[in-house]
Amino acid sequence: MITIPYLTAVSTYFSYGLLFAFGQLRDFFRRFLDWWLTSNLQGYAPICLGHEDFYIRRLYHRIQDCFERPISSAPDAWFDVVERYSNDNNKTLKRTTKTSRCLNLGSYNYLGFGSFDEYCTPRVIESLKKFSASTCSSRVDAGTTSVHAELEECVTRFVGKPAAVVFGMGYATNSAIIPVLIGKGGLILSDSLNHSSIVNGARGSGATIRVFQHNTPSHLERVLREQIAEGQPRTHRPWKKIIVVVEGIYSMEGEICHLPEVVAICKKYKAYVYLDEAHSIGAIGKTGKGICELLGVDTADVDVMMGTFTKSFGSCGGYIAGSKELIQYLKHQCPAHLYATSIPTPSAQQIISAIKVILGEDGSNRGAQKLARIRENSNFFRAELQKMGFEVLGDNDSPVMPIMLYNPAKIPSFSRECLREKVAVVVVGFPATPLLLARARICISASHSREDLIRALEVISKVGDLSGIKYFPAEPKKIEHTNNDIKLD
Amino acid sequence: MASNLVEMFNAALNWVTMILDAPSARAVVFGVPIQGHFLVEGVLGVVIVILLSLKSYTPPKRPLTEQEIDELCDDWVPEPLIPPITEDMKHEPPVLESAAGPHTTVNGKDVVNFASANFLGLIGHEKLLESCTSALEKYGVGSCGPRGFYGTIDVHLDCETRISKFLGTPDSILYSYGLSTMFSTIPCFCKKGDIIVADEGVHWGIQNGLQLSRSTIVYFKHNDMESLRSTLEKIMTKNKRSKNLRRYIVAEAVYQNSGQIAPLDEIVKLKEKYRFRVILDESNSFGVLGRSGRGLAEHHGVPIEKIDVVTAAMGHALATEGGFCTGNVRIIDYQRLSSSGYVFSASLPPYLASAAITAIDVIDQNPDMLVKLKQNIALLWKGLSNIKGMSLTSNPESPIVFLKLENSRGSAKEDLLLLEEMADRALKEDSLLVVSSKRSFLDKCRLPLGIKLYVSAGHSESDLLKASESLKRLASELLFKS
Repeated sequence: MITIPYLTAVSTYFSYGLLFAFGQLRDFFRRFLDWWLTSNLQGYAPICLGHEDFYIRRLYHRIQDCFERPISSAPDAWFDVVERYSNDNNKTLKRTTKTSRCLNLGSYNYLGFGSFDEYCTPRVIESLKKFSASTCSSRVDAGTTSVHAELEECVTRFVGKPAAVVFGMGYATNSAIIPVLIGKGGLILSDSLNHSSIVNGARGSGATIRVFQHNTPSHLERVLREQIAEGQPRTHRPWKKIIVVVEGIYSMEGEICHLPEVVAICKKYKAYVYLDEAHSIGAIGKTGKGICELLGVDTADVDVMMGTFTKSFGSCGGYIAGSKELIQYLKHQCPAHLYATSIPTPSAQQIISAIKVILGEDGSNRGAQKLARIRENSNFFRAELQKMGFEVLGDNDSPVMPIMLYNPAKIPSFSRECLREKVAVVVVGFPATPLLLARARICISASHSREDLIRALEVISKVGDLSGIKYFPAEPKKIEHTNNDIKLD
Repeated sequence: MASNLVEMFNAALNWVTMILDAPSARAVVFGVPIQGHFLVEGVLGVVIVILLSLKSYTPPKRPLTEQEIDELCDDWVPEPLIPPITEDMKHEPPVLESAAGPHTTVNGKDVVNFASANFLGLIGHEKLLESCTSALEKYGVGSCGPRGFYGTIDVHLDCETRISKFLGTPDSILYSYGLSTMFSTIPCFCKKGDIIVADEGVHWGIQNGLQLSRSTIVYFKHNDMESLRSTLEKIMTKNKRSKNLRRYIVAEAVYQNSGQIAPLDEIVKLKEKYRFRVILDESNSFGVLGRSGRGLAEHHGVPIEKIDVVTAAMGHALATEGGFCTGNVRIIDYQRLSSSGYVFSASLPPYLASAAITAIDVIDQNPDMLVKLKQNIALLWKGLSNIKGMSLTSNPESPIVFLKLENSRGSAKEDLLLLEEMADRALKEDSLLVVSSKRSFLDKCRLPLGIKLYVSAGHSESDLLKASESLKRLASELLFKS
């Protein structure tokens, strides 16, 4: 739980209040100026009501240059950020041809597969020449190639379940699978900070949704007991089935889910567990097999395991792994399998090659090296940031670390100053996070070297002093010899 | 002391007698003299007030004890996660061993492929492969981030500009998956309380978007302009408040489920009369219809500004993946922050975006591909026009040729099994790959089922002839058995 210092909360509220007031004032004057230049709607209702895009026009546009920064190279440890300029006070941004080489602390490139890789890329190009960029067809028509069959077999081996099915997009996987598994008369218990794709899938299914406190198994148990005893709303009939949806690593907090307790509770109350491993597959665990390996949970206890390939495997798409019957049923009924174009064959080949590297089947130990490096990098970085006095969230071993900013003015200041020093960070504000809890999110990659991290720490410390975000007292500097060796397990 | 008490008692007695005997307290009711009726009425009034102020009887609330909750939890038996597997669920699709062009390899045999929506034959085109290879070497495979967080690569921006230039619209936005385009765009602009009039044959992506938007949805009969007109009329006259609500018509240019083409000129006339906005899905018509492939608007001669929102999936004529949406600047800008499939999902892999740019360049420079496609469609139509038991329901100009079953076997399930058998036998016996209708239980569309063929500009005359003969033979064998 994040507890805000009182003074910070007051100043954050004040800042938002000021921005809101200014925004309303400008809107008020704008209404006069636009009175004679209203676009001729001629009887149509306006497509965006005034207050819906108030946030976009008055708050977001001021700091628009911190988001959607285009890059012109692969998202590796160092990349080229395209410089942009604006002639009309940040409302529209125009690209220039100049780029600046920056350290990448924002892309989801956990194992370093995001750029040219000596094992994967030649095989991907080969499969591109053989199968072409897309199959133009859904999986059940003519979209299943031998590469897709091999991919599903690789995923089952990697994840540790009897069968798997692969889709072309992680977001669509959640939105299309949850309505197939549960419908009206069922209950979905979802963590309060679950991703928007899960929320959309749950809403689309028609089941009743109840939220439990983030990562608190005791609250989950209380809600489960209450709900089973009460039954369906108004009729009090017993629920048809109950599914509990949790994520492996929560992307905005960096926290790892308390999976053993959740699985124990679900076994006791006969609910089904749906685990979304979008960020944790390939990034945590001794051999990269995700949260089940890290926390010692048997994969047979989790009924449905879902994950995406965008983060650790450097490709696109999502998968669902479960028992053979579950996968057969999903292949027969899931709309994303029946109607949507299948995952492009080169992307599928990239995933197969990446899995082979991680498991060591390519004949080298690059996979084990990458896993050890990302673990060591994350722990080192987090420890150093906390020593400097930043408020860093997240558990040990998780490669995602948010640094709290709180105040809306610090969002652009942190982002722009870091960019000036050639470090590219990601800042997140409302609506992805609650209004008061704006943060900067760092994603560590296995392709960051120790020098890169030390440079990043220097820059962040300097910018942190400038912006005033060192909310905790810094540890006094101890005179000790830093050890630069990388330890391998 | 005692005398005081006696005095008080006497005074009270005097009062009582006075009340009872006072002249005003005497009344005669029904011939019976009553004395002191004020006292009686006063006492009755007090009794009434007391009764009215008493709370009605409620049995005391007793929350369930922990032990009772435990018992309920033990007794509860959930349904299994999935229904039992039946034989028809175990059906395996064909596995391709080469690119999904007009000819492909299945199980070592060469097969004619009518199941890929490769309308212009761009799969395997060397310009596309070249641009994909250079993009792969430069950018790697994935983009490793959503658009807002360093997932925007310059090829995405170039692709958006190229699409806008090709269609003549002010701005476009790229999505990373074809199916997610529609179900992210619609909830962006349609909220609870708005009115949407949609065709009953729209595909699942659109249906999901309509459901997520929580607006009021009214369906009209498939591609029937008279039904659309009467529905619009009913909505506008029935509800006076409709004037302040946002109103939309949702249609597809070429319907995935039936192959019919929407009459855009009539829709635009109706839209202008009743002041609705049009959201059009041009997945199967982009690059196919119109003299230069600019879609349904060019085909019907309607200026593109009249359509408010145009979306399309690129997994059809453009032989790549992903989707886009175009329209005026305000609409596109709004989606960049509020469309969930754009903000919360990783961006399109850069090699697919560069393939899209190359594909559009190829279409621009070679308009004869479109002519060849039109010729192929006409040939196939001629060949399939008189099959007994199945009839062509798609539009003669649509690249999706749809043969529906004339007599249903009773239930949708049996029809699906019959069509699946037909497609399987076409593959095994005649080396012909066609699509049999598939329906998920989540799909609300109730249009007739049948066999679909996707015609490509790369098919030769012999391929088309083979298809017609094979389907004729199979239809007569399977549909007229005992």
